[in-house]
Amino acid sequence: MVKILIKENLKELIKICPIEKIKFLNDSLTIVVKVNILYDILLFLKYHTSYQFEILTCISGVDYPNNKYRFKIVYELLSIRYNVRIKVETYVHELLSIESCTNLFKVANWYECEIWDMFGIFFNNHPNLKRILTDYGFEGYPLRKDFPLNGYVEMRYNEIEKKVVNESIELCQEYREFSFLSPWKN
Amino acid sequence: MPDKCKDSSSNLLKLKLVLIKKKKDLKRKIKNFTINFGPQHPAAHGVLRLILELKGEVIERADPHIGLLHRGTEKLIEYKTYNQALPYFDRLDYVSMMSQEHTYCLSIEKLLNCKVPRRAQYIRVLFAEITRILNHTLSIGCHALDVGAMTPFFWLFEEREKLMEFYERVSGARMHAAYFRPGGVAIDIPIGLLNDIYIFCKQFKLRLIEMEEMLTENRIWKQRLVDIGIVNSKEAYEWGFSGVMLRGSGINWDLRKSQPYEIYNELNFDIPVGINGDCFDRYLIRVYEMMESLKIIEQCINNMPLGLVKSNDNKITPPSKNELKNSMESLIHHFKIYTQGYTIPKNEVYLSTEAPKGEFGVYLISDGTNRPYRCKIKAPGFSHLQSLNDMSKGHLIADVVTIIGTQDIVFGEVDR
Repeated sequence: MVKILIKENLKELIKICPIEKIKFLNDSLTIVVKVNILYDILLFLKYHTSYQFEILTCISGVDYPNNKYRFKIVYELLSIRYNVRIKVETYVHELLSIESCTNLFKVANWYECEIWDMFGIFFNNHPNLKRILTDYGFEGYPLRKDFPLNGYVEMRYNEIEKKVVNESIELCQEYREFSFLSPWKN
Repeated sequence: MPDKCKDSSSNLLKLKLVLIKKKKDLKRKIKNFTINFGPQHPAAHGVLRLILELKGEVIERADPHIGLLHRGTEKLIEYKTYNQALPYFDRLDYVSMMSQEHTYCLSIEKLLNCKVPRRAQYIRVLFAEITRILNHTLSIGCHALDVGAMTPFFWLFEEREKLMEFYERVSGARMHAAYFRPGGVAIDIPIGLLNDIYIFCKQFKLRLIEMEEMLTENRIWKQRLVDIGIVNSKEAYEWGFSGVMLRGSGINWDLRKSQPYEIYNELNFDIPVGINGDCFDRYLIRVYEMMESLKIIEQCINNMPLGLVKSNDNKITPPSKNELKNSMESLIHHFKIYTQGYTIPKNEVYLSTEAPKGEFGVYLISDGTNRPYRCKIKAPGFSHLQSLNDMSKGHLIADVVTIIGTQDIVFGEVDR
């Protein structure tokens, strides 16, 4: 019920605010916005009395290598007051950066680090943007679609040097990718 | 001449200043002590590398370094069919296995728009709650062990072993069960299992009371937990907490009640909520949650309906062995499911359930092929661990261990 109300409210909002699209799919609410107004939209959704999306559940990135704006970033917000979830989507160009929302939600800190680590999207004004999940000194962005599954380096303990060394990967057999999709439509 | 005089006098002044500065520098030479906590410390619950800056014994800054157990689950899932990706979810949070399968199965069912038979729903809820007990026994046991009480750990692990036996009887594996499948569960529960679970419930209540006798009123336990790691409700929102951490701060929020899935809206259970938001409240909530889980399990056993345990849509669930031997069509379906799998049209869904540790979510994007285009896993521990710096600031070094324990961190899910 509240969900429908919020949807109607957002429809009104679209007249004054440059939201690009509102989707109502699988009973989940999604709005698509431009990168430059993303921070303002999040601020609005967090503090407006009739939305109160106070919890940022997660931020995820998706890579679409064929698009001009290659990465999609999805902010998942939750309003405990009204028991509603909303997705805020935005599209980012590979070479452009995006405004960090750590001032709004402290939890965004690590999620943004993770997206920087996995996709290489830079966040402006982030307090400590670092590689968080991959190894110290790792190179490349593993969750991009053009990054191979088995990566480029492997580690082993070097008995002579008495330390762990990185070497470029050597496989006896290439990673075999089976495509079971039948050419006939089922 | 007077200029030179001025110069020399100013030089003298500068020299004096430098000397004074040097004296001041000498005074300031004391630095805070920085230590490495982990990655192999037994109280770090796995592979947490924590860099602690100490002023005496008081924490100034705690900087968790994570990623030592990063296995690239999300990337691997992109290269597997929907069914093949399922066992990865057991291995995320390796103490609450079935809860995570549950989320994944629900999200696929939502994408496929597939109905699950009643019996399968009951079995799933039954095992989701068994998993909750499984997780909380470990959480409290290890927490007590970290703080210094050894006995509850042994008592609770005895019970965990019994629960894992139920896992084994139903799926063949003690931990990584892969029992929940999209469209239902893998196989029906064996005869006599419900009886044994009922017997377990009856005696587990006594074990819980025994454990509470050991801990709840224990002076040392209270000294270590009360007023440690206080999080107020505003901070809990800021840090994106969920599950016990959120309820500990006095917010009545449980996805089983507020956004019910499966049959939770038909069941009768309560949600314990904390008052002070300290470690002791969170411990109490875990204990009461186990009691509530027992209530749910009992209701599931009493109302367990008869019928199918997986959807009869042959495109999603494999046929039974008997059908396989008798019908050509079933054989084809079986072959297709285990090689090609099923395709899901272009769509996306975010679905979350109340896992024992908090809100566990799966953001699944399908693109019309037999593999997920992207599968983002939202782990509750990730956002909890982030707040460690704020929670432990100003506490003693021994309290960091308490706070890590109360956050119930498991690295399988934090690092993914």
